[in-house]
Amino acid sequence: MNPRTRLWLVATGGAGLAALLVAACLRLPRFGGDRHPYGDRAVHASLERHTANTVASVNFDQRAFDTLGEMTILFAAVLGCVVLLRQTRDEHRAHPEPADVARPVRRYALLVLPVALLTGLYVVAHGQLSPGGGFQGGVVAATALHVLYLGADYRALERVRPVGAYEVGDALATSAYLVTGVAGLIGGTAFLANTLLPYGTFNTLSSGGTVPLLNAAVGMEVACAVVVLLAGFLDQAVEIVDEGEDDDRAGDGHHHEERGK
Amino acid sequence: MTAVPHVLPYLVAVWVFLAGAYGLATSRNLIHAVGCLSVCQAATYVLLLAVGYRDGATAPVFSDVEPGTRPVVDPVVQALALTDVVVGATVTALLLALVVQVAKRHGTVDPDELTELRG
Repeated sequence: MNPRTRLWLVATGGAGLAALLVAACLRLPRFGGDRHPYGDRAVHASLERHTANTVASVNFDQRAFDTLGEMTILFAAVLGCVVLLRQTRDEHRAHPEPADVARPVRRYALLVLPVALLTGLYVVAHGQLSPGGGFQGGVVAATALHVLYLGADYRALERVRPVGAYEVGDALATSAYLVTGVAGLIGGTAFLANTLLPYGTFNTLSSGGTVPLLNAAVGMEVACAVVVLLAGFLDQAVEIVDEGEDDDRAGDGHHHEERGK
Repeated sequence: MTAVPHVLPYLVAVWVFLAGAYGLATSRNLIHAVGCLSVCQAATYVLLLAVGYRDGATAPVFSDVEPGTRPVVDPVVQALALTDVVVGATVTALLLALVVQVAKRHGTVDPDELTELRG
C-alpha cells in the first residue's frame, strides 16, 4: 500500500472513530458528578477492613484475584524479555572498561542511592496506609540501584545486581502471593479472601489483614522484575556484541570506553 | 455550550488516543511506534481518572483524613489506572525487546522495509 492510500485510510477510519468516541463522551456521566456507586462501596469495604489506603484495599483485597493475574502478566513479560534478549550463538560478551565519572556526579549518586532505596522500601511498607504500594515502591527501589551505573560504572552495578538472584526473587515473590492465597484455603476461608488474619488497628503498619503481605510480595516482584528487565536491555547496549563487530571496535578505544560507561 | 466543561476531560482522552493512533499508522520507526502505543495507553489513564473524579473531593486515602468528613474520588478507577500502568509498562518492555531483535536480524527498524519474512 502506498503512503497516500494509507493516509486516506487512516483519515477516514480516524474521523469515523473520532465521531463515535465524541458521541459516546456526550452520553457519559457528567465530569465531577457525585454518583460513584462502586467507589462508595469500595470505600465502605476498605474502612470495614481497617485499610486506610482504599486503592490498596481495592488492589489487594477486593480485587486481589485480578492483581494475581496482573502479577502473572508482569512475570510472563519479564520471562519473554529474558528469552528475547538472551545472548545468541553469533554474539559474545565484551568486557566494559571502567570509565571516569565527574566527581560531583559520583558524590551525588552515592548520596542519592541510599535515600532513593530507602524511599522505595518506605513506599512499599506503607502501601496500605498512604499513597503508593508494592507497584510504585518496587519501581523506585529498583531504579535506585541503577543510580550506581550513573555514579560509578557498569561493573559496580553488576556487583550489586547478580541477575540470577533477582530472577529467583521474582519467582519467589510471585509464589509468595499464591501461597498467601492458598493459606486462606487451608485456613478454611476462600482463595485470597482476606478473612484469615485480624484486621488490626486502623492506620497502623499491621492493619488490613493480608493486604500488607500481598503488598510486600508485589513490591518484591516488581523490584526484581524491573532489575531483570533493565539488566536485559543494558546487557544488549553495553556487553553483547556481534561476532566481528568487536574487532572493528578494538582499535577505537574512545568508542569502546563510551559503551563501557 | 454549557455542557463543554462536563465533557472536556473525556474529549482530551479521545484526542490523546487519536493522536497516538495517527502516530502508529504513519510511523517510520518501530521505536517511535512503541512510543505512540504508550501515548494511546496514556489516553486510558486520562479517561479512567476523569470518570472517577468528584467535585471538591480529595484522594481516597484515610491516613490523615477523618472518614466521612470529606468526599473522596472513586478509588476503583484509580486501582484500574494502576493496573493499566503496569500492563502498559510490561507491553512496552516486551515490544522494545522485539524491536531489538528485529533490528539485529533485519538491520532496520523501518516497518515499511520489513516486507519479507525471514527465518
